Amino acid sequence: MTADLLDAFALLAEYGALADAGDYSEWLGLFGQRCSYYVIPKENDDRGLPAALIFCDSRAMLEDRILSLRAANKYNIHVDRHLIGLPRIVSSTPDSLSVEAPFAIYQSEQEGDTRLFAAGLYRDRLERTSGGLKISEKKIVLDSFAIPSLLATPL
Amino acid sequence: MVTSAIWPKLDYSRVPYRFYHDPAIYQLEQERIFRGTTWSLIGLEAEIPNPGDFRTSYIGEVPIVFNRDGAGEIKAFVNLCSHRGAIVRREVSGNATDHTCIYHQWCFAHDGSLLGVPFRRGVNGKGGYDDKTFDPAERGLRKVRIGSVFGVLFGTLSDEAEPLERYLGDAILGFLKRIFDKPVQVLGYHRQRIRGNWKGFAVNPRDNYHAGLLHDFFRIFGLDRPTQAGGATMDARHRHCVTWGRAGSDTDEFAREQYGRGDGLELAEPAIVDFRQERSDDLNLAIVSIFPNCVVAQIANSFATRQIRARGPDYYEIFQTILGYADDSPDMTRHRLRQANLVGPAGLVSMEDGEACEIQHRATKGLSNDPRAAEFLELGGGGELGDRDYRVTDVTVRGFWSYYAEMLGIEPEGALR
Repeated sequence: MTADLLDAFALLAEYGALADAGDYSEWLGLFGQRCSYYVIPKENDDRGLPAALIFCDSRAMLEDRILSLRAANKYNIHVDRHLIGLPRIVSSTPDSLSVEAPFAIYQSEQEGDTRLFAAGLYRDRLERTSGGLKISEKKIVLDSFAIPSLLATPL
Repeated sequence: MVTSAIWPKLDYSRVPYRFYHDPAIYQLEQERIFRGTTWSLIGLEAEIPNPGDFRTSYIGEVPIVFNRDGAGEIKAFVNLCSHRGAIVRREVSGNATDHTCIYHQWCFAHDGSLLGVPFRRGVNGKGGYDDKTFDPAERGLRKVRIGSVFGVLFGTLSDEAEPLERYLGDAILGFLKRIFDKPVQVLGYHRQRIRGNWKGFAVNPRDNYHAGLLHDFFRIFGLDRPTQAGGATMDARHRHCVTWGRAGSDTDEFAREQYGRGDGLELAEPAIVDFRQERSDDLNLAIVSIFPNCVVAQIANSFATRQIRARGPDYYEIFQTILGYADDSPDMTRHRLRQANLVGPAGLVSMEDGEACEIQHRATKGLSNDPRAAEFLELGGGGELGDRDYRVTDVTVRGFWSYYAEMLGIEPEGALR
């Protein structure tokens, strides 16, 4: 296994673990200072339609999402569990890597149900920094045509 | 069997929870509302710009197709094969010269008329249809009446439904014209499935004061608050409504006073709450609710249509079409895409609706056969239905139930309209 692939593995594992733990400050730390984060239904992406469910084209907007999640938004009381599949390196340059990984996220609700909440593909651009790989763009393409209930916590 | 005796009050200020759960009432709604004399939102002309373009949609639970024929005329039909009842057009959208059912290859034109069937003459002279009893003109797909106002498409399965413009009324037409005053482009779709009853969502945007209470983002970041100037405008029958608010018409200080609290939080990227005034009025919030399944929502510079798709008494989909104008600059498109963060299932000012509708549905199930267990709708007082020049009122929700009762044929004697 190449060093790049191993690093991508480690980053994705960290990404899922921090999101599931609700440690969003640390989770934000996985992103570069210049970054973007999109959640777009495959239905839109396939047709070249730009509207996303979450559209953060700057780090400031991603930080605001987390601020809003903490200070303003109310949502179903639940636990997330990310199952992130095997990543593959799509392309590589001296400065960055393009990586894809399939994912599924289960939500467990306090009423007692666990349901498959989302399935899709991470399409990540990772930049090489002195502090290791950082996410410079994360485009989450959702296979699910419709969101069950609502989408609050990060995919 | 539901009767007019179910209503505790004649001004619809009490709504028994049974309406949200009873499967028999749900079936009655499908028959008398969705297959009755109402007009349902089905889509937009902008979604099918070219001859042959089609989209699938729904009126109630009935699947339909709307499309353009070779001459560019918009036609619609029930998407259910007149042979054995299968879905004819399975794709959500596309372009086609005709529509063929995969099951037995019955083939239909854009207007739903039957073009051809296999084995009409049988095989080697055996089988086939009898020309004396088989008339292709009688075997087409059921046609759907459609109407378009400013490019927004509505459909009805009823021949008796009044003309669309009259159904909407001048006030609603005025607000639709205001939003659809120039050609639009579809930026994409947001879809969401809620474990609740479709009416829970139908009345949600009619309730103008929940937004500044439930959706804290609105209040904290000052985009929309009930302390702003605003009001409720209805049609003459009070079945549709517009709830609206005016940008910058309150101060943070006044809002803090009225709410009795403040937060001192700031956005790192405040552009998401920027309102760029696009027309002569300064409304930064205008939510048009059209009975039974349609919402047209303008929140700051984002605007969208929402189609409520009922899927049984305990489940529905919100199908939202995110829009911009065809002549938007790249910068304006980016602004709208950023503000689309406000709406939909992940919307900063709308995700709570999913949770609110679900917890309401979950809690009321256990009391759905208790005739005394009912919603309480008296903000702004009960009594007469009509327009208000303030936002803290339930009158628009009561208007919904008034027309609902009429459609279901359970309007009590002496009830308000």
